[in-house]
Amino acid sequence: MDYFFTEEQQMMVDTAREIAVKKIVPVRAKYDEEQQFPHDVFKAIADADLCGVYIPEEYGGCAGDTGIMNMCLVTEELSKACGGISLSFAGTALGTLPIMIAGSDEQKKRWLPGIATGTLAAFGITESDAGSDAGSMRTTATKDGDDYILNGSKLFITNGGEAEIYSVFAMTDKTKGARGASCFVLEKGMPGFTFGKKEDKMGIRASATRELVFQDCRVPAANRLGREGSGFMTAMKTFDNSRPGVGAQALGIAAGALDLAVDYARTRRQFGQPIIANQGLQWMLADMAMQVEAARALIYATARWIDSGASRPTMASAMSKCFASDVAMKVSIDAIQVFGGVGYTKEYPIEKYARDAKITQIYEGTNQIQRNEIALALIKEAARK
Amino acid sequence: MHIVVCIKQVPDTTNVRINPKTNTLEREGVESIINPFDTYAIEEGVRIRERLGEGKVTVLSMGPPQAEAALREAISLGADEAVLLCSRAFAGGDTWSTSLVLALAIKKLGPDLVLAGKQAIDGDTAQVGPGISYHLDWPQACYVSKIREIGKGQAVVESLLENGKEVLAVELPAVLTVVKEINEPRLPSLKGKMRAKKAVITTWNETDIGADPELVGLKGSPTTVARVFSPSRRGAGEMIKAESASEVARLVVAKIKELKIV
Repeated sequence: MDYFFTEEQQMMVDTAREIAVKKIVPVRAKYDEEQQFPHDVFKAIADADLCGVYIPEEYGGCAGDTGIMNMCLVTEELSKACGGISLSFAGTALGTLPIMIAGSDEQKKRWLPGIATGTLAAFGITESDAGSDAGSMRTTATKDGDDYILNGSKLFITNGGEAEIYSVFAMTDKTKGARGASCFVLEKGMPGFTFGKKEDKMGIRASATRELVFQDCRVPAANRLGREGSGFMTAMKTFDNSRPGVGAQALGIAAGALDLAVDYARTRRQFGQPIIANQGLQWMLADMAMQVEAARALIYATARWIDSGASRPTMASAMSKCFASDVAMKVSIDAIQVFGGVGYTKEYPIEKYARDAKITQIYEGTNQIQRNEIALALIKEAARK
Repeated sequence: MHIVVCIKQVPDTTNVRINPKTNTLEREGVESIINPFDTYAIEEGVRIRERLGEGKVTVLSMGPPQAEAALREAISLGADEAVLLCSRAFAGGDTWSTSLVLALAIKKLGPDLVLAGKQAIDGDTAQVGPGISYHLDWPQACYVSKIREIGKGQAVVESLLENGKEVLAVELPAVLTVVKEINEPRLPSLKGKMRAKKAVITTWNETDIGADPELVGLKGSPTTVARVFSPSRRGAGEMIKAESASEVARLVVAKIKELKIV
């Protein structure tokens, strides 16, 4: 289907696709197996100028007025080849959004040009006792002169240990609950900022997921994004912008799995004919294609709405993430079924798609939390009538 | 340093077939690409400019108007400017007249260095690079696999020979043809593609480069292609089997006599 990309967007898609085919496909199995971070691939992504697609021109990027859509398009293309490697790019976008949303012009000038040219970023909110319930985080930031002293830890941080720049959330006033949280930019190497356990995961194994540890870590007040206590709002606005990106990652995984399934079904012969000649299998592929296209339409519509300046896109963002990730799970599992026995082996790339798909139903808010958001928006809307 | 890189647009021969009836290339539906060996020349030119921190890379191609696409792609890969040599007078040229046209354009551009791929994947002659150097009376080094150093007035390069490597010092300006061992070409970047889209491609004809129309194109070509054909397929060899080695030898000798090979 033609989604009427701008000429620049078509170039972004083509550029990302070339990287996916030439730089990611040949190494995805290796990075998955070894669970190593794909620095060489990320460098290729940066060298192709793709790191700046969601960053405004004045800060070294080329977002135009379609930054979120651009971010989704690149994430989708990279994820078609590998949902883990693509996360080096998408996880950086998540870590960058708080700076774009809540940062001052000075702060944007300080960090965004580097990110636009290939500095990795990360986002840190989750803690062991603060997952879906982010408001109950325990990491504290205590004011000390012109600085804050951070203590605590963050769990499951994408790009953790690999990124240079971290948007970290901490309580500046515990008595105020969610309204007592603030967001800080931390840089790798700050005294008192170290990395803990690196997770051994089911999927997205080419992505680093690691604990951040703060022990009397001194952070200048100049690194605080927005005013004190605005952290939770910054996080929520970040998710409104980033969830279509998770959707795009899921969409890429689903679309990539579908492509592989169609190719395999056309070449695999049983009973004297290619298995795609069986109507039962054709209908399965048709259902997969329908779901992929519906996810794509929803994500693109949401991304474009956000880019147009939507003030509260929460419901559509949650729908994009939730729908696309459920599609990715279903389509990738069905794609394994199309492959049959070999699809269950690591000789073929398809099983990885299902392992990578699973996380998209969990992170940046589980799909149960997304449904809560959607229902809450429904209720609010009805109450306003 | 001004570097001129000569490129050729060729059919993507990984997908090309020869029509057995007409013995011509089936060009229909076949994508045109930059001659793969020339992509190494482009990359090397861009790397030299990046290493020296100054200079420019001009890509040069002789071809039909469609060859502009190859020049734009070269700009997306890092070249600064592009010149297309396009005229009916140039059509049908062999390697002699083609290298003359390129040499005249290079003379007008006045570079310090000319780079080209070792050969094109369609004609496979490997004659145009050396031909340019002949027409310009500049030194040449072919099959270059490494540029050790390059500066004002001189370059030191490694050339791949059949049985080893040769280290050559060449005075600049010079013509170097490169092999794929020299580098790994980068992928086009987004900003490169945007620059390529906006780039103005200069087009020159025989008047612009001061070429005598009688000496270029088909008219200026001392060679003509008499016929193009695919070599006939050779059948599988015949296995000679027998009870003993001496019996096999006897059968082989009989066969040799029968075929009158010796």
